[in-house]
Amino acid sequence: MIPAQFDYVRPTTVDEALAALRDGGDDAKLLAGGQSLLPVLRLRMADPSLIIDLNGIPELKGVREEGDKVVVGSMTTHYDVTRDDTLRQHVALIQEATRTVADPQVRHKGTLGGALAHADPAGDLAAPALALDAEFVIAGPNGTRTVAAADFFEDYFTTAIGEGELLTEIRFPKYTGWGARYEKFNRVAQAWSIVAVAATVKVDGGTISEARIGLTNMAGTPVRARSVESALVGQSATEENVRKAAQAAAEGTSPTADADAGSDYREHLARVLTGRAVLAAAG
Amino acid sequence: MARIRTTVDGLVYEDDVEPRMLLVQYLRERLGKTGTVIGCDTSNCGACTVHLDGLSVKSCSVLAVQANGSEVLTIEGLERDGQLHPMQQAFHDNHALQCGYCTPGMIMQSIDLLGENPDPSEQEIREGIEGNLCRCTGYQNIVRAVQDAASKMKPGSAPAAESGAKQTVAGGGA
Ligand SMILES: Cc1cc2nc3c(=O)[nH]c(=O)nc-3n(C[C@H](O)[C@H](O)[C@H](O)COP(=O)(O)OP(=O)(O)OC[C@H]3O[C@@H](n4cnc5c(N)ncnc54)[C@H](O)[C@@H]3O)c2cc1C
Ligand code: FES
Ligand code: FES
Repeated sequence: MIPAQFDYVRPTTVDEALAALRDGGDDAKLLAGGQSLLPVLRLRMADPSLIIDLNGIPELKGVREEGDKVVVGSMTTHYDVTRDDTLRQHVALIQEATRTVADPQVRHKGTLGGALAHADPAGDLAAPALALDAEFVIAGPNGTRTVAAADFFEDYFTTAIGEGELLTEIRFPKYTGWGARYEKFNRVAQAWSIVAVAATVKVDGGTISEARIGLTNMAGTPVRARSVESALVGQSATEENVRKAAQAAAEGTSPTADADAGSDYREHLARVLTGRAVLAAAG
Repeated sequence: MARIRTTVDGLVYEDDVEPRMLLVQYLRERLGKTGTVIGCDTSNCGACTVHLDGLSVKSCSVLAVQANGSEVLTIEGLERDGQLHPMQQAFHDNHALQCGYCTPGMIMQSIDLLGENPDPSEQEIREGIEGNLCRCTGYQNIVRAVQDAASKMKPGSAPAAESGAKQTVAGGGA
């Protein structure tokens, strides 16, 4: 099927995009990589009257260092995220997770900002962003504001981005020298996560000194496994210690049951994958 | 209507298109390049894969207006002077197709893969074509074909993925 009719604009600055959003009102939709939006339009699950294509805005693309932060433009593609040296050095977890997203063609077009704004509970980039305490810079009619990851993801497909606003940047603290692992469980290649665990840990002389863990698809939003994080601190990174701490991984989660897995099984997966992710990150 | 100017398989085209027109529709219905096929409604199958400014994309998931000012390479632009591209030749030689529906996308994605990684392992090939579904072959001969093409396209032994199509390469099995 093909999409219903719409008008199309391709602004070249964020200000022009905001003006287009204001003029388009409710019926306008932002187009980033289009890898979630175009399938939705083709299936006619949405029929916006105006598409605002963000691909012509250079200021939204690329990765840069800013003091103790690494700043990623919302329109940076998955492909560019996986190849970026600054991210490799300071924010390895987001790179690890991005490698598991979809397939090469989708990664060539899809963007970090688009994936996070879409906020699919099974999407792979929200849990790492939460684990990494990322900040989200949102531009709107009254200027820009910054939202912490913990406040950004509100519900299934719902974020703190309001009407007339757009996500411009994702700012990550530096985790230089931390180990990272994204452990994704799905049935076939190219499929979405049934459950996945994003873990990054700092190991000093065999002992875990800090840990950050985020869970994918264990609720409508990504979830931090805080009790596992605190149980790991001060432990030597042995298989036994890690597996024991990982037993608390499903605490505070509310996973759905669907054709892929029941909620009990998702809780089981969260524990097992947390153990694997932390061990790999610490190794 | 939006005016677009796009280079497709080496020729420049100018057209008025509806913004909602998908790139794959433009290629097939306007330019008559039916070598690129549509296999699904969900962006999963990869049959429609083309290169947009040198990177593989699913042309059902890009708007034609977004290709304005860009270069598109389709399966129809691979052959040069009557010679198949080494990847096409390898698919032929290794019997890497049965019904052939997935083949245009498989070949375009496999060329993209070798551009990225000229000497992939079997596992890397399987992951490199994970966005392309084949309902017939079980993938075995597709993987073999990509290995074969990789060995023939290695620097020194034959041309590189994209630019190499201009040169000729001996076909006919290993
Ligand atoms: C076959 C297939 C498999 C996939 N598998 C996975 C997977 O395994 N894991 C995974 O995580 N994802 C997967 N995806 C989704 C992929 O990651 C998409 O790239 C992503 O979900 C959306 O990013 P996009 O840039 O394409 O956004 P688009 O599709 O362009 O936009 C998505 C939504 O976000 C809004 N939006 C986009 N940018 C902004 C912005 N800057 N500010 C405010 N709102 C914005 C849009 O209006 C739209 O509502 C898959 C997609 C496909 C087609
Ligand atoms: S037609 Fe199936 S991915 Fe494009
Ligand atoms: S040969 Fe028939 S789908 Fe691949």
